[in-house]
Amino acid sequence: MSQFLKDKAAIAGIGLTEFSKKSGVSELSLAAQATLAACEEAGLPPSEIDGFVSYTLDSTDEIELARTVGAGDLKLFTKVNYGGGAAVGTILHAVMAVATGVADNVICYRAMNGRSGQRMGQGISGQIVSSDLVHWSWYMPYGMLTPGSWIAMIANKYMHHYGVTAEDLGRVAISQRNYAQSNPRSFFHGKPLTMEDYLASKMIADPLRLYDFCQETDGGCAILVTSAERARDLQQKPAIIRGVVQASTRGQEQMTSYYREELDSLPEMEMAARLVYAQSGLGPDDINAACLYDAFTSEVIMQLESFGFCGRGEGKDMVRDGALDIDGRLPNNTHGGLLSEAYIHGMNSIAEGARLVRGTSTSQPKGVEHVLVSSGVGVPTGALILGRD
Amino acid sequence: MAQSFRMKPPMGEDNGWWWQQAAEGNLAIQRCKACSTLRHPPRPMCGDCQSLEWDHVVSSGRGTLDSFTVLHHPQFPGFDYPLIIILVKLEEGTRFTSQLINCSVEAVEFGMPVEMIMHEDPDGFRLPMFQPAQGAHA
Repeated sequence: MSQFLKDKAAIAGIGLTEFSKKSGVSELSLAAQATLAACEEAGLPPSEIDGFVSYTLDSTDEIELARTVGAGDLKLFTKVNYGGGAAVGTILHAVMAVATGVADNVICYRAMNGRSGQRMGQGISGQIVSSDLVHWSWYMPYGMLTPGSWIAMIANKYMHHYGVTAEDLGRVAISQRNYAQSNPRSFFHGKPLTMEDYLASKMIADPLRLYDFCQETDGGCAILVTSAERARDLQQKPAIIRGVVQASTRGQEQMTSYYREELDSLPEMEMAARLVYAQSGLGPDDINAACLYDAFTSEVIMQLESFGFCGRGEGKDMVRDGALDIDGRLPNNTHGGLLSEAYIHGMNSIAEGARLVRGTSTSQPKGVEHVLVSSGVGVPTGALILGRD
Repeated sequence: MAQSFRMKPPMGEDNGWWWQQAAEGNLAIQRCKACSTLRHPPRPMCGDCQSLEWDHVVSSGRGTLDSFTVLHHPQFPGFDYPLIIILVKLEEGTRFTSQLINCSVEAVEFGMPVEMIMHEDPDGFRLPMFQPAQGAHA
């Protein structure tokens, strides 16, 4: 694994819109507001942005956003595939461009009316024949139409194999809900969750209950990536990118990797861990906090194992020990995560990663040197390690 | 029950033949002609030996339950809830995602033996489902 990208680039600005259930504005407007906020925070005019990277699922095209915010000539415009698996992948593409001199200042963005517009849980459909639609068609006719239904199959196997309980999933939900209490941006701010509430919440896709699921949110988030050198001259403390990788493994499917040898691990996340540790020269012991992708609670527990914070089957023990809490071994999703802050497809978790490095999280653990952020689970994914300058 | 609630698969070169087999009552498994490796879901090339030549075998329809989920929400028109979705390890070695019928939610278990039963919708569309194995196999 080449270390070429290590320390070459940094997150110099983060920009968010308000998070809501009904934004009342277009997704383009959300993207533009978030981009402007990231530029203003960094102290860089939008005219200096020369690259845009987003998700294939994002409805806002790069040049529409460029025109809207008044960006200049673009040298990089691209979108990354596979839903939330794109999250840190967008950062990788930006870092590759910045490190090679292809572009100087790149905005990675995700803006969605995820509640008032197209909702993830509505299911998928299509008339044309493509390899992607053929893939979904092995599940659609049986009524497997939602992310919860696809993930539950793996979660159930994993929990059965390792004795993970409903209470363990509940501990993840509650830990992140506790963080939400100090984050005014969070949808669940002022609404704590008890284990009784969690267990009483309705079963959606057994073993996953309502509070095992992330939010549906209207909002936008933009991340400004520039060279480490340039970032030091801008207004915010840079979050240096120590390592950033994408990972997809043999036999990978999107959400339904049911045909690989093992059903109770995350091979693509283990690969992302291997690569990002090799690139950064760091290991699990060097990571002080994390934003592990949390579309579902079960994914957080599985990733503790993928990233080597514990052995196989021991994720539940870490959770029971309070490892994810503010004073635990690995404070995780200190903004509340996709479960409790907002679901901006993982982009808001990259923003929190930058805050943790700056020391400005609303739940800031002590002594954070390195933060791990991961992309979507059960899809081609990626991992990012941010470090203090 | 509505006539056409079920989302039909798009029928392309790589998968249409499989649904034709289902229409004829068979649970097919694609087989590489060069190295005989079975693969599912079907793909146009063998990932092991890169051969483009393939045929298929017809599965016995017998297998065991590798994993499952019971879907409660959201409820889509036409489906009966709670809906038991299963991942079957077929006798032949490949896995298949399907629905378990003729079985209560309480009776579903990891590793339980199941057998294929071809389901037919009112509009004639057929797709393989499974039920708890009957008789000797159980």
